Amino acid sequence: MANKVIHALYNDDDILMMAVKKVRAAHHHIDEVYCPFPVHGLDKAMGLAPTRIAIAAFLYGIVGLSVAITMMNFIMIQDWPQDIGGKPSFSYLENMPAFVPIMFELTVFFAAHLMVITFYMRSRLWPFKKAENPDVRSTDDHFVMEISVHDNEESLRALLEETGAVEINISEKHS
Amino acid sequence: MYTFSKRLKTFALVLMVLGALGMALGLWSAPKTVEQAKSMVVSHDTHGEAESHEVAPADEKQVVVIEGHEIEVGGQSSHAASTDESHTADHDTHLLHQLQNKPWAAIYVAALFALMISLGVLAFYGINRAAQAGWSPLLFRVMEGITSYLLPGGILLLVILVLTSLHFNHLFVWMDPEVVAHDELIQGKSGFLNVPGFLIRSVIYLGIWIGYQKLSRKFSLAEDNDSTTGSFVKNFRLSAAFLVLFLISESMMSWDWIMSVDPHWFSTLFGWYVFASLFVSGITVIAMVTIYLKSKGLLPDVNDSHIHDLAKFMFGISVFWTYLWFSQFMLIWYSNIPEEVTYFVTRIEDFKVGYFGMIAMNFLLPLLLLMNSDYKRLNWLVVMAGIVILVGHYFDVYHMIMPATVGDQASFGLTELAAVAFFAGLFIFVVFTSIASAPITPKNHPLIEESKHFHY
Repeated sequence: MANKVIHALYNDDDILMMAVKKVRAAHHHIDEVYCPFPVHGLDKAMGLAPTRIAIAAFLYGIVGLSVAITMMNFIMIQDWPQDIGGKPSFSYLENMPAFVPIMFELTVFFAAHLMVITFYMRSRLWPFKKAENPDVRSTDDHFVMEISVHDNEESLRALLEETGAVEINISEKHS
Repeated sequence: MYTFSKRLKTFALVLMVLGALGMALGLWSAPKTVEQAKSMVVSHDTHGEAESHEVAPADEKQVVVIEGHEIEVGGQSSHAASTDESHTADHDTHLLHQLQNKPWAAIYVAALFALMISLGVLAFYGINRAAQAGWSPLLFRVMEGITSYLLPGGILLLVILVLTSLHFNHLFVWMDPEVVAHDELIQGKSGFLNVPGFLIRSVIYLGIWIGYQKLSRKFSLAEDNDSTTGSFVKNFRLSAAFLVLFLISESMMSWDWIMSVDPHWFSTLFGWYVFASLFVSGITVIAMVTIYLKSKGLLPDVNDSHIHDLAKFMFGISVFWTYLWFSQFMLIWYSNIPEEVTYFVTRIEDFKVGYFGMIAMNFLLPLLLLMNSDYKRLNWLVVMAGIVILVGHYFDVYHMIMPATVGDQASFGLTELAAVAFFAGLFIFVVFTSIASAPITPKNHPLIEESKHFHY
């Protein structure tokens, strides 16, 4: 079954923020807001759950650190110990200062890359994916607020007009 | 308007009195002669440390043997036997100097650390003024209060330095003409490392900092009764000029007051390293004083976002400090050049637990405590992390000064604690007196409204 959704377009992020607060105060559920750029505080205004990406990043960092330690312990200590600058590598701990930059870099590398990949997966973004935004102007200079309609088209339209929407469209959402 | 509460004032005065007594006791009980020094070491030396055996003459070695350290003494005695009479005498004077230095070094570390906190706040304040930061004007009076410690703290430190140059102690070996006469390296540096130059430079550094502090405070107070932005603009220009002078004077201060206790050793990033230490300590104290005043119902406009930002700085600068510490350590460790590596050899041999414990306190604990975004808004957690950072950076300064001045005789005892208590008391007294002397929220600052509605 196709759902009816209403799209309200705004041309200013401050007006959008006010509108989001008003719509939420009137107890309507905002499905999504499409923005040409990140709007500070919009997630809180929309009532989205706080991100858990930081926890994931911390865990990925620990994975990176472990990989670095295991890898260098095998390469530099167990498999092929060398005497570099009069410091024979027989013990990981004694040679650790030399390994710290790599430990740091791999921690950052794992945390950063896996965090980006996680973010893409959670946002359902992958190569050749068809864009989800309902109006191409949301990539240029308009903000689009999407609300599902449940037999309250007229009252919703009136409310949105009051919040300063520059355009209001109703369409069928196929998904 | 804040009034310095009776209870806090009494607390500060008690700390100062107890601290002064403890410091006096420490100075009074320092050995006066070589014999006293040697007997002190033997009576305290229940661990049978190698160094003290080397310097102890034959008859006192017997005492140690009776205490049951035959193996170690046996190894050391053959070593000591090979050294001639004058060599032993040198060691004895060295030991005397170390023990005489101990209370002075304790006082110097605490005096320096208190001044560094104030200086770190001055730098942070200058940066906020020069950047015309919008979030921080609410905290300016707190910062001005903390920097007001520069005048009394600077004068006290200068008194210590003058007494040192008058040979009341041997904190700076290059001040001793006897030492310089036999030391080619110090002779080569005597164009910079000489007593008149040292004292003149010290006065100049303090003059720059205190001058900026007083002028900026004057403009800041004038702003309250100023309908134009004149004082604000004057303060902005002054701060930009100050920051240039600050970096030069701070860097040179670190060579003069800290690095020169090891006159043979040098590191080109030492100024930055000291800067990171004083900067993070200063920001921590801003956060702690702000949270204290806020808990008293003052500073009602300071919100969680301000504390969050200060905690972010505490976190970030702690990591920055570690980066500099490690940059200095790794290059010296890897190249292993004798004249450079002695710095770390001394610290690892005689100060292993304290030195590496200090690094854990200044890096691991702030990293883990302050990493979570939500934790940076919990005032009690910021205070706990702040205490860890302050103790950690006290021991950072401790390990900058002690190994060269007191060596293996160093310990954290009554005198060290008393010196910390005295300067903490003085710091609290001066800072809160100053905060109480002016309205706690600035008026007419062009960005004060932004600061009041600051939301990160």
